[in-house]
Amino acid sequence: MHPPLSSQKVNLQMQGITVRYGSFIANDGVNISVDHGQTLALLGENGAGKTTLMKVLAGIIKPESGRIQINGKEVQILSPIHSQQLGIGMVHQHFMLIPTLSVAKNVCIGLKSAGYPFPNILKVENELIKISEKYNLQIDPKAIVSTLSVGTQQRVEILKALYRGAKILILDEPTSILTPQETHGLFGIIKFLTGQGCSVIFISHKLNEVMEISDRITVLRQGKVTAEISKDETNEKDLAILMVGHEFTKKRTIKPVPPEASELVKIDRITYFDERKLPVLRELDLTVKKGEIHGIAGVDGNGQVELAKVLAGILRPDSGRIFIDGNDVTKLSPGKRITAGLAHIPGDRQRLGLVMDVSLGENFILETSGKEPVSKHGILNFNNIRNTSKQLIKDYDIRCISVDQTAATLSGGNQQKLVLAREFSRMPKFIIAMQPSRGLDVGATEFVHEKLLEQRENGNGILLISTELDEIFELSDRISVIYEGKILATLSREVANRERIGLLMTGKTDV
Amino acid sequence: MFNKADNHNIELEFKKQRRAETLTAAGSSIGAVILALIIGAVIIRLLGVNPFDAYRALIDGAFGTKNSIAETLLRAVPLAITGIGITAAFRASIFNVGAEGQLYLGATSAVCVGLAFPTLHPAILLPLMAIAGMITGALWGGIAVLLKLKFNANEMINTIMMNYIAIYFVSWLVHGPIQQPGSPLGQTAGLSDNAILPIILKQTRLHIGFIITLLMVLLTGFLIYRTVWGYQIRVTGKNMFASQAAGIKVKWVFLSSMLFSGAMAGLAGFFEAAGIQHRMIENISSGYGYTAIVVALLGQLNPFGVLLAAILFGGLQIGASTMETAVGVPASAVTLIQYLIVILFIGRKAFSLIIQQMKKNRKVAA
Repeated sequence: MHPPLSSQKVNLQMQGITVRYGSFIANDGVNISVDHGQTLALLGENGAGKTTLMKVLAGIIKPESGRIQINGKEVQILSPIHSQQLGIGMVHQHFMLIPTLSVAKNVCIGLKSAGYPFPNILKVENELIKISEKYNLQIDPKAIVSTLSVGTQQRVEILKALYRGAKILILDEPTSILTPQETHGLFGIIKFLTGQGCSVIFISHKLNEVMEISDRITVLRQGKVTAEISKDETNEKDLAILMVGHEFTKKRTIKPVPPEASELVKIDRITYFDERKLPVLRELDLTVKKGEIHGIAGVDGNGQVELAKVLAGILRPDSGRIFIDGNDVTKLSPGKRITAGLAHIPGDRQRLGLVMDVSLGENFILETSGKEPVSKHGILNFNNIRNTSKQLIKDYDIRCISVDQTAATLSGGNQQKLVLAREFSRMPKFIIAMQPSRGLDVGATEFVHEKLLEQRENGNGILLISTELDEIFELSDRISVIYEGKILATLSREVANRERIGLLMTGKTDV
Repeated sequence: MFNKADNHNIELEFKKQRRAETLTAAGSSIGAVILALIIGAVIIRLLGVNPFDAYRALIDGAFGTKNSIAETLLRAVPLAITGIGITAAFRASIFNVGAEGQLYLGATSAVCVGLAFPTLHPAILLPLMAIAGMITGALWGGIAVLLKLKFNANEMINTIMMNYIAIYFVSWLVHGPIQQPGSPLGQTAGLSDNAILPIILKQTRLHIGFIITLLMVLLTGFLIYRTVWGYQIRVTGKNMFASQAAGIKVKWVFLSSMLFSGAMAGLAGFFEAAGIQHRMIENISSGYGYTAIVVALLGQLNPFGVLLAAILFGGLQIGASTMETAVGVPASAVTLIQYLIVILFIGRKAFSLIIQQMKKNRKVAA
């Protein structure tokens, strides 16, 4: 009995995978399929469900429903060890290596077949040399991991997976920590591996890399597959739109900003290096006028998070200057910037915006606790806090039982309303809104947008950083595109369209 | 919006729920103590003693007479005062394990001031000694936070190591530069009467430090729950990233919470030296700085809870020796009970997990 020819070609197939975290659907009936010797790119924004899907494959979480076939045989992946036995190898974004041990010893960890209780290191080393030669990995099994470069450590992870018999290799955002040269080297290895019959699943949100390395591309958006295409049938622009969504945009009719409106914020050649000394923001220039919403579009991971944090004073830029109302605020602390009229609606509201385990009232005063009338002579005025909080809860329609309940007990939409209420009640002049509608339902999103427009009407300047093109198009007076830490172009509301923005998001300026 | 009456009912319901939560929290501390006593009873039984007799002797020893009550409260003083200091630091997520060393140094500098000005009026001399002890304790603790801020050095490890530095340094001092002339012991000369804390209960050793401890508990409760400083400590401890983004000076919060913590340990050192030993001795503390960590946690990082936990531990320690002489159970059985309390309290989350699992299983079975 021979299985049909097509299933001999297919190495891995996942069908109708659904994973739910509480009421949140992380994977909604996801299908993917990889053939022998093929590279499948899994493309999607942060939170699109890529990692969840791979955790299912790695045996870390069990799906609510769905089927998995490996080599034509239906399997249930019971545990991470079982996943390895089935020939699945995962290279995590953050390496799982012990830096003080040699490569061979790292490979042996948790592996009884290498000898138990004392692994036969010599034997393992010889076997590793053979595998390393076979796949052209160029690794010395005796080398201590901490002495190796980041790119080599990643190859050690790949070697580890291969030694354990991986036929399907999952690489989770493998290039996010690599230099361009190391990325190039990694791609060489991926091509070599697929040439030997291995399958590779390459998780990324970098479009150029996806186009370079993959044979097929599956695009995930909000937990669902939005496209499953061969590389030859698509291009970066289409992929960008598939990834960020393509619903028809309604443009609001808003009064245009008068051209003579004065400049509120000026960002002058800001450069920022991350802890690995790689540039994340490169001489970035930007202005925001009074009464203007300036939208920043871009694919996730092009410096948006750092831009918001540098503006809020949480990160210090390595060079460049920031002006609010003509005053140089580059050296000011977050607190002084808040006094100068800055409001920050962070993208990660639970981590940066709220203290989840304290009451709503205590969250309202996070920025003003030291100021009158919230406190006097260092003593909190609870009457004032209660009354102001109750008023804000009413004004922003925050659905809650009491000002004494913790922020953690609110729904995501109400948590965001809490942040907005706090930030806007201070009468700010300049607002940084980072992904303000992330994770919110339609009603809450509408509410947030209305409040932002209300601030615009009041003559305040807003920098709206979002990967949701709909949001950018709906609200912005001007739209800039950020790519690899630089503003590629700034277009006015009238001339901007999805096609141009989509191309710019992939780094193409010659339109 | 809800109408007013509805709204009022919902708020009442919520308040009821909150009270229930507070009770559950206190219950987990009390539960740990009761469970530890039960396990302790089994062990005492295995030693061949009736546990009821043993516990009766224990309670009698701790609270039976005026003097035993005084001794229990006296033991609770350093535990409570160090415990509320540790509470402030832990609330800011600064893990001060260095109270022992801070206590030793605080006691030493308080005694040095007392020996230097033996003739000053007590109303001036005693506050001076207290201040000297508090400043020394605060500075010693502050170093660990400065190292954390400057070099990202873990304050938990540093405070543990600084304990050894402090304790051996004090040991050298009392055997060397400040040793009582002509004495072979590791101790200073005795303090003058002006430098000794007045007794508040006749025919006992209970000194005025106990009253001050009660006041400090009240003050710390006020600081933590009612002031901007306490608020900033609480929110920074829960989420330093959001606090920093909101403009709170988190570095100052970390440092000041430790300064307060160290000052309290120093104050406890002053009480031990000026209230009980009447001089500085080599082994001024029998691990109060460590026990106070347990006391702070068992008191749910609430100053009033800490006071109760301190009195409980004081009673256990004082009652232990009576139990030993009366029924022959070694006093170390009480040490065992103390650490059982710690283990059971730390493991309290496991209990609720087990209960949840049991409920789930029952549901599945039904």
